[in-house]
Amino acid sequence: MSARPRLPDGLVVIVKEECETCRMVAPLLAQFECTVYTQDDPSFPHSVSPIHDADLAVSWHHDIETVPTLIRVMDGVEIERTVGWSQAEWQRITGIATLGHDLPLMRPGCGSMSVDPDRVDALRAAFSGDVLKARRIELADLDDEIEKMFDLGFTDGLPVVPPTAERVLRMLQGTTRSPDEVVAIVPPDLVEVTVEKIAINAVMAGCKPEYLPWVIAAVEAICTDEFNIHGVLATTMPVGPVIVCNGPGAKAIGMNAEGNAMGQGNRANLTIGRAVQLVVRNVGGGRPGEVDRATHGNPGKISFCFAELEQGSPFGTLATARGVAPGTNAVTVFAGEGPRCIVDQLARDPDSLANTFAACLRTLHNPKSVLGFDVILVVGPEHARVFAEAGWDRERLIAELHARLQIHGSELVRGAGGIAEGVPDWLADATLGKFRPDGILVVHAGGGAGLFSAMIGGWANGDIGSKPVTKEVRP
Amino acid sequence: MSKLLLDPTSERRVAERTRLARPASLSDQVIGLLDISKPRGNVFLDRLEERLLQAGAQVKRYKKPTFTKPAPVDLRHEIATNCTLVIEALAD
Repeated sequence: MSARPRLPDGLVVIVKEECETCRMVAPLLAQFECTVYTQDDPSFPHSVSPIHDADLAVSWHHDIETVPTLIRVMDGVEIERTVGWSQAEWQRITGIATLGHDLPLMRPGCGSMSVDPDRVDALRAAFSGDVLKARRIELADLDDEIEKMFDLGFTDGLPVVPPTAERVLRMLQGTTRSPDEVVAIVPPDLVEVTVEKIAINAVMAGCKPEYLPWVIAAVEAICTDEFNIHGVLATTMPVGPVIVCNGPGAKAIGMNAEGNAMGQGNRANLTIGRAVQLVVRNVGGGRPGEVDRATHGNPGKISFCFAELEQGSPFGTLATARGVAPGTNAVTVFAGEGPRCIVDQLARDPDSLANTFAACLRTLHNPKSVLGFDVILVVGPEHARVFAEAGWDRERLIAELHARLQIHGSELVRGAGGIAEGVPDWLADATLGKFRPDGILVVHAGGGAGLFSAMIGGWANGDIGSKPVTKEVRP
Repeated sequence: MSKLLLDPTSERRVAERTRLARPASLSDQVIGLLDISKPRGNVFLDRLEERLLQAGAQVKRYKKPTFTKPAPVDLRHEIATNCTLVIEALAD
């Protein structure tokens, strides 16, 4: 950490020997009174007595992006600057009308060493690291940092990227939010999580900085009372936060909504979901075998995050259906298990395909279970085309499924079908829906080939359990 | 030079409390029975209530709105104010 160095009054020039434009203007620097800072060769230019900005503190703190940079300083305050060589600007700022009259009118400069991609992370840590408030964990020279992270209990069972100050500061470049901003109260320990702590866990998960706003939005969403991550974590059922991403930003950060959208191979999908779970584990204190009491769990509890394939969808988008303005980046979190495949390779009309969907959905968790669980229905593009060609939109598909999933109580009561599980006998004459009215969430995703869809079963729904939550992604 | 990593946790330390001593008798106790709203938790608590009443304890019954969330602060406060002991029925 270092304080911002004060620039001397008068004219200040920052150069580096490696830069051709700097070498071109070097002879001029002896023609007027100025202080010269050199970034690389301590003796460049020989015609003046340069100050070596060896640690690049001057360049960093004064936001030098290009060399040469000519600055005029008065009472320690920068009045004006020009970057590169502009004959007119240098003449105006120095007040020497003939300065460099034999040089080209204009020549661009070179990148400052203080913004060199290979150096910038270390410089940011050296000069801005004090914005990070997290406790430092010192590793011994012989410690294997990957193994140490396992030993400290910080991982989900897979190796994590060690969260150095350099990496965390780079991650924080992905958001405009202040590192010390409190994002949410994280169950089960009910502790405040800051942007910085989320960034640390995002580094560990393998995120790129541009993913960070999505991770923050998902953390906000799961920590609402409606989503109830405490219960989702503590339940013996195999559910975790399933994150569906919408908006142009999802594609811009490289998320996958197509082939293998819910599988492996895409960094954004996998690391955003993983970062959210690491926040729950490390900040919230929610760990398997402790508050997490899942009987089986599911692989999606490491990460389950994908984007909706918005292009070509006959259903609009999940986020807009849930009230978000079109074109807005948003995440929807759903307490869900792993996906199950729905196969129908022969249906070419929507009624037949809806019949298949309904028959499969009927089995969710238990064929006799009604109203208690929601579902995400992930319609693959080849199935979606069947509905699109028949003019079925989201509302029509959902209405048709509900109509097919009204079940008479005689099939559902305890003991019916030789199955003890079921509803009480007093409901024997009732007709009950498999899902509550807003219990089917339709998402369009998947590869272009394959007459398949998928369903993701939920957990105890509504006020007693978890409701899906949609949050806009803020930069 | 050794390497520094940033702590990803809440940096809280778990407070450890010693257990209260077992009460010498149940007859002077006000015992709260907290039903977490899981099916059949009431069956277990009904039987406990019978036994506790036979032992001379006073019994007060409480219920969480849902088993999926921690008991509301007001409920916890009410139990702590009115009872000397509490028994929670966890699950079906």
